[in-house]
Amino acid sequence: MEIRRYRSEPLKCWNRAKELRAKIYRDYATAHKRGGIRYSGSAWSFHAIPYGLGDDVYVLTSEPYGASIAFERKLNEEFQQAAEARGWAHDLCAYMRSYLGSMYLNRYLFGGEFPKPDFCFQIQICCTHSKWYQAIAEYENVPLFIFDVSVGPYNELDENRLMYVVNQMHESIEWLEKVTGRKFDDEKLIEAINTEFEVTSLWAEICTLNKAIPAPLDEKSMYSLYVLATLDKASKEVASFYRELRDEVKDRVERGIAAVATERCRLITDTQPPWGFLKIYRYLESFGAVSVGSLYTFGLQGIFADQEDGSWGPRKRPEQLGIKLRNRDEALRYYADWNLSKPEWQHFYDPKLKTEMMLRIIKEWKVDGVILHLNRGCEGLTTGIMENRLGIIKHGIPVMTYEGNMGDENEFDEKRVIARIDSFMETLGLSKIA
Amino acid sequence: MIFAGIDMGAKMIKVILIKDGNIVAKSKITGGFDEKESAREALRKALDQLSAGFEDLGAVVSTGVGRKLVDIATFSVTDVTADAKGTVFLHPSVRTVIDVGAEEGRAIRCDASGRVIDFAVNEKCAAGAGSFVEAMARAVEMELDEFAAASLKSNKEIPMNAQCAVFAESEVVSLIHSGTSKEDISKAVHDAMASRVTAMVRRVGVERELAFIGGVAKNPGFVQSLKRSLGIENIIIPEDPDFVGAIGAALIGSEGKIREE
Repeated sequence: MEIRRYRSEPLKCWNRAKELRAKIYRDYATAHKRGGIRYSGSAWSFHAIPYGLGDDVYVLTSEPYGASIAFERKLNEEFQQAAEARGWAHDLCAYMRSYLGSMYLNRYLFGGEFPKPDFCFQIQICCTHSKWYQAIAEYENVPLFIFDVSVGPYNELDENRLMYVVNQMHESIEWLEKVTGRKFDDEKLIEAINTEFEVTSLWAEICTLNKAIPAPLDEKSMYSLYVLATLDKASKEVASFYRELRDEVKDRVERGIAAVATERCRLITDTQPPWGFLKIYRYLESFGAVSVGSLYTFGLQGIFADQEDGSWGPRKRPEQLGIKLRNRDEALRYYADWNLSKPEWQHFYDPKLKTEMMLRIIKEWKVDGVILHLNRGCEGLTTGIMENRLGIIKHGIPVMTYEGNMGDENEFDEKRVIARIDSFMETLGLSKIA
Repeated sequence: MIFAGIDMGAKMIKVILIKDGNIVAKSKITGGFDEKESAREALRKALDQLSAGFEDLGAVVSTGVGRKLVDIATFSVTDVTADAKGTVFLHPSVRTVIDVGAEEGRAIRCDASGRVIDFAVNEKCAAGAGSFVEAMARAVEMELDEFAAASLKSNKEIPMNAQCAVFAESEVVSLIHSGTSKEDISKAVHDAMASRVTAMVRRVGVERELAFIGGVAKNPGFVQSLKRSLGIENIIIPEDPDFVGAIGAALIGSEGKIREE
């Protein structure tokens, strides 16, 4: 059988993405030399708020840092053993163990000593988040602010629930002024919030472009692109990069450029992948199967909403709706609402909400099958995943599951996963392309 | 034209030869260190029954954990695909297949043509596979057949909580020291394993008739535990349950599909 081959070419902005990622990690480490401030917080933390202290405030987001460590398998083992030697259990969040190990051994993944944060600024939606930062704050002896954002799913958001988060944001600003001794600038806050709106809606727009056949992006490549929003979603540099990326992906769609020339089967995955074994995505491609994304890759940072035609796409920013944020309170209200609509926060309340979004992706992104990673390294995102499986299967979509861990190779059996992929490909009627 | 299916199991190598849609020969040997040579030997043994040679073969299809090591294979298929194909060929009404071999257990849901709809495989744990029973039989110093039959003589419910074959063995040792009879230990081991396999089967769902294949289907103690655990009395067990994967592989070969595109 002859296989159709699409035109394919590498992303032009690929190197810029790599450079920007390295720069963010470097800027954080060297911030003190420039008189700047360093803080640590989750990729989901409210990054725009500390920008009110000035443009010289840099963040080290702990999950992408943990994922970067996981990619360096030997070092990861060393870091995790260091965390476990201090009493952290093996079955806790893999990112947390990697981050803590790096901190305990005082070694920064990108060279030199571990750059101690001046404060921690964290949100809590899964249980690990707050405990993780409590441990950092106690060990480094730095102040800690934690937002409780568990106010229920977005479709049930009311004024009281919204204000519960907004009031914490107000409180956090007073706290930031106190712990840093700096005066907070509301203009800078509003600018940063608008930047974050742009970054997160741009990422949703880029993901939406992947509805095209052939897909202009494959998920393995998307991991290197979405990461920038996880590193600092309120960064002007990230916004500028995403504008360039969006334009390039749009151009690829118009010209019919494929991420994988032999695309003949479109898949989605779920949860973080086993970072040390991303080659499984290349293995899928040997069958002409391309993962075009996942709710995780799309909705961890991308903010989506219903479009006028009923499809799923980027949520319109206040600016696009002709709304100007005039003061701190207005900005924080919008900011809280925007973040609470994050797709990846919804399943913490009910797996059905996640299943609905996954089914929507399956339909609109024209997906043939689903691969679910039963990720022992992240309880938060894996919660309810077998319910999601049942919900998807009910709609006649083939689903494969495999056990693993995003950041601990002891819980990933490469040979068995490959064997399972072989079986799944056969059930989809696919054989290897010679 | 003769078509061969070779199932390279974790312990045994099974060969089936098919001619004109009928099974005409079979062989089974214990896999040696040199798996390539073992596969050839098993195939030669089956061909000898027909006084035929390698040159008479239309296609050789390998399956099983060691399928990629068979250098004489025309192509290979996974156990999941071969199991479903072979089972539906033998028992056309079956839609759910349970296969438990030496190192792995799997549950498969398929359609009337033997096409796989959904499947589940036990994760990296031997406690749901045949080697687990063998290890437990050794722990009580019994032959496997004897251990399997002993289970049928017990009515006791002794829960074994360990999720791992290694820890389960410690539990068996504790039972020995507490004076539990070998019959009761055997039933406890089979019940524990059956509950793991049942969880896997429920994941894919039980549809219409259910067949149990693989070497462990020859263990009457386990079959009894599985029936109890699933709440299904009528489980179909083919005459040679350990050959079903090889039958499926040979059938796929006879369909003449080209696997590499």
